[in-house]
Amino acid sequence: MHDIVLNEKVLARNAELAEDNRRQLKERGIFTINLISSPGSGKTSVVERTLEALAGRKKIAVIEGDIQADLDVQRLSRFKIPLRQINTGRSCHLDAHMIHHSISWLMEQARLDILIIENVGNMVCPAEFDLGEDIKVSLMSVSEGDDKPLKYPAMFHASDVLLINKLDLAPYCNFDIERARANALKMNPDLKIIETSCTSGEGIDAWVEMLENMADS
Amino acid sequence: MHEMSIAVNILDIVKLELARNGAAGLKSIRLKIGKMSAVEPESLSFCFGAITEGTDMEGARLDIEEVPVRGRCRNCFAEFELHLYFSTPCPRCGEASSELISGKELDIVSMEVV
Repeated sequence: MHDIVLNEKVLARNAELAEDNRRQLKERGIFTINLISSPGSGKTSVVERTLEALAGRKKIAVIEGDIQADLDVQRLSRFKIPLRQINTGRSCHLDAHMIHHSISWLMEQARLDILIIENVGNMVCPAEFDLGEDIKVSLMSVSEGDDKPLKYPAMFHASDVLLINKLDLAPYCNFDIERARANALKMNPDLKIIETSCTSGEGIDAWVEMLENMADS
Repeated sequence: MHEMSIAVNILDIVKLELARNGAAGLKSIRLKIGKMSAVEPESLSFCFGAITEGTDMEGARLDIEEVPVRGRCRNCFAEFELHLYFSTPCPRCGEASSELISGKELDIVSMEVV
């Protein structure tokens, strides 16, 4: 009987593939965002508003992650941009392997500036799976409660940007914006926070400007 | 998280190493699981038992060392254990934010084989 020493990370394979994705995307100058939130926070609406503002100025591709159906891709088809739907079947998050399969499709597109990956709606697992993105953008909506960051620390800790969405509904929900901001900053003092409403358009300009600056730098 | 798919992942890595080393049988696997890794050790052991049942690895044990969540204060660099993840203030200076230094591990340390 003897010991074989491994010291191997179980999720090493995802990390390797994520790094390969990252290298290939960087080589092509594609700024990549991984958009994560619980289901129904408004990810696809944010993508729509972003495309409305930027699709004329920047070459953007979108990868949609859902367990099944291609409804989100159908919603975005009016923008005439490179779109790809990944159906995970059962998995509640996208992983680097799934994105790796899309890399050759991305490389075939004429020069791209930005890739938006809209992850499967889930506040837990996506934070744990690096896809090879430049930044993680998380969303929480005012109807979800201002204590969300305290209950889902990993997602807020892992994100670079937080959009507090559905601002137009704030008066009708028992939601304290300052408390939500404070809770989020507790989990991650470096988080850049913007309050948005895809319905009224509030905050969208600020978000788009931030994204463009990050993509250009 | 997904203890079943992680158990399958572990089994794949272990099978590869067994073949590489020409070892006949597996007695146990030593794992380090951080308390913030979102993996439940009991659930993982259960799933591992379920997928090895009826195979020649049936009975192989998972020996799991749970790694505490520790942070380093961003202000005074004191190291301390975190209880409420990311919202435990520094016991020395009271600073709210710290850098995570352990607690997210999901590692296979070693395997005991025959």
